[in-house]
Amino acid sequence: MDVVFNQIFAGVSFASILLIIALGLAIIYGTMGVINLAHGEFVMLGAYATWALQTYAGLGVVTALPLVFLAVAAAGWVIEKVIVQRLYTRPLDTILATWGIGIILQQAVRLGVGAESRFVRGPEWLSGNIEIGSLVMSNYRLFVIFFSLVVLAGTWMLMTRTEFGMKLRAVIQNRGISECYGIEAKKVYSVTFAYGAGLAGIAGALITPLFSTIPTMGTGLVVDAFLVVIVGGLGSLMGTAAAALLIGEVTALFSIVINDTLGRIAVLAGIILLIRYRPRGLFPADTRR
Amino acid sequence: MKRREFLGRAGAASTLGLAGGLSAPALLSGVSRAYAAGDDIPVGLLFSLTGAVAVVEHTLHDAALMAIEEINAAGGVHGKQLRPIIEDPASDPATYADRARRLMIRDKCVSVFGSYTSSSRQAVLPIAEQRNNLYWYPTLYEGRECSRNIMYGGALANQQQDILIPWLAENFGSRFYMVGNNYVYPKEENNYCKTLLKVLDGEVVHEEYVPMGHSDFSSVINRIRAEEPDVIFSTLVGDSDVAFARQYHAAELDPAKLPVCSLTRSEVEVKAIGGEAAAGHFSSAPYFMGHESAENEKFVEAYKARFGADEVTHFVSEAAYFQVYQFKAALEKLDPSNITPTGIRDAAVGMTMMAPQGEILIDENLHTHLWPKIGQWQSDGQAKVIVQSDKRFEPKPYAAYPGQECTGAGLVKS
Repeated sequence: MDVVFNQIFAGVSFASILLIIALGLAIIYGTMGVINLAHGEFVMLGAYATWALQTYAGLGVVTALPLVFLAVAAAGWVIEKVIVQRLYTRPLDTILATWGIGIILQQAVRLGVGAESRFVRGPEWLSGNIEIGSLVMSNYRLFVIFFSLVVLAGTWMLMTRTEFGMKLRAVIQNRGISECYGIEAKKVYSVTFAYGAGLAGIAGALITPLFSTIPTMGTGLVVDAFLVVIVGGLGSLMGTAAAALLIGEVTALFSIVINDTLGRIAVLAGIILLIRYRPRGLFPADTRR
Repeated sequence: MKRREFLGRAGAASTLGLAGGLSAPALLSGVSRAYAAGDDIPVGLLFSLTGAVAVVEHTLHDAALMAIEEINAAGGVHGKQLRPIIEDPASDPATYADRARRLMIRDKCVSVFGSYTSSSRQAVLPIAEQRNNLYWYPTLYEGRECSRNIMYGGALANQQQDILIPWLAENFGSRFYMVGNNYVYPKEENNYCKTLLKVLDGEVVHEEYVPMGHSDFSSVINRIRAEEPDVIFSTLVGDSDVAFARQYHAAELDPAKLPVCSLTRSEVEVKAIGGEAAAGHFSSAPYFMGHESAENEKFVEAYKARFGADEVTHFVSEAAYFQVYQFKAALEKLDPSNITPTGIRDAAVGMTMMAPQGEILIDENLHTHLWPKIGQWQSDGQAKVIVQSDKRFEPKPYAAYPGQECTGAGLVKS
């Protein structure tokens, strides 16, 4: 029984990381219909930005978060302006283009920083565990869970409580008509893409003390994030949150009952079944294209 | 008539070298003789400088290249310089095979040094055998292979585990928790570990394999907490090992009570893990950067001077380095007008040499006699050698398979 509670916590902790990555993906897809295959590389850029800030400026992981967000958002903004913006009328081509961007980013980091794994020190004040009976929760993972909730709440506020969010929702509903009302869809797209990239960057920063920082680290993570977005319903904020939790928990529980390898297969099979019966995901957003 | 005509044509084709090397060894050795007539001796370097395994392979590349440069600076072999021909197989097994063929045929290399993973070695193996060339492979590996065209410089299961397992059982207990990545190397190593544990009346409390690149180990750590083993026996590789070590540390599992003992963790991984999280855990290897010997001091100093003070040497880069010297010593034993891959191989067998880890010997089965050591990681990222074998260990690629043996004549089954 102790294992089950610990495993539920492990699932939540995995879900919180997935959530931050998948939120960016979901927003970018929901708004612009761009399937961003370079998203994993934004996570990687976030991790390397954290490493650079720690190595050269002495900043801790947590203090570096806002800077990492801005840095990766800026990179996303430039990429949107230079490449993605030219492809809005050809959504399928964005897959190829963003995949290419991903490879370029990976190779650029490999050439610029080096191929070897980089070391990022975790925050001292978050080391250790909180133990409740036999339930052992790592402080750092608790922090990541808390932070992902803050990010979710912040994103929700941004979408529903700000002028930018209103414009964004208008563009999602109908780009043509919202442009007639004077909303600059192009600008909204740029900012959204940058925001999504920034979120990925934050995820990258948060995982550096736990995972290894290498140029290819984003590839595996982005696959999981895609699963979350598909299961959650494309472009739906609450769907993404629910799907992240679901996949995190199911993965964790399968892993303990079977093992990690078969658990992963079981999760994939479950997702295929789910999509068979709910092709638009758990909570599809009402969008018109 | 028709048949004879066909045979005649086939013969003509093979004389022209069109029919490939399988049926024409005489023709091949003829080609080999021609290399030495030139001013320098071409040597193939086949290490990935890009792609997934570049992280490790570039350090092997650096070590091998450094050895070549040292040999050239000291006057070369028979007054000839070694000319490194560098190919980048980009971490892709098919490309390894392709570039190995190119090095052996087009560039006429008498030997190719290369690769880290078993999959790349297995991709090159048929090429090396077909061309009757020599492939120098520096990595520890799972054994169960017996080729006459591969020179194995890394440790086998028996060379890593024979000292380690009894030592662990004595100092920590014999209830082992096995965790590894899901492919052939961890499974073979665990098989051998189980045969050793059986003798010690040990027990495997859990055995599990996670997918390659797996990076969230919270389930594994929870299961470890639940099973309460004595030792974690790890065959995780690369970033999985790094992630596991960092999460193990973050979960505050105490290495003094429950140490992780790895067959694959070297100075490279520890650098990425961070000394603090790696401290207290163990690795078994024939070489550690902190090993004290005159040869090692020279090796480490030269490596740091060449590639930077932060760089580390490890038990695979050491083998990549000494294998070039073994190659050189074998060349020196041959008549410069008749240097062939088979000649180099036969000259190398039985040869001893002072390597950074100690005096090593090439067995007739083309594997290397090595010096097992157990190192405990310190917070400065270096291992303190706490157990050092008092004798050289002979390589047994079929140690886990009684009745089979790799000898100078190839695989023998009894």
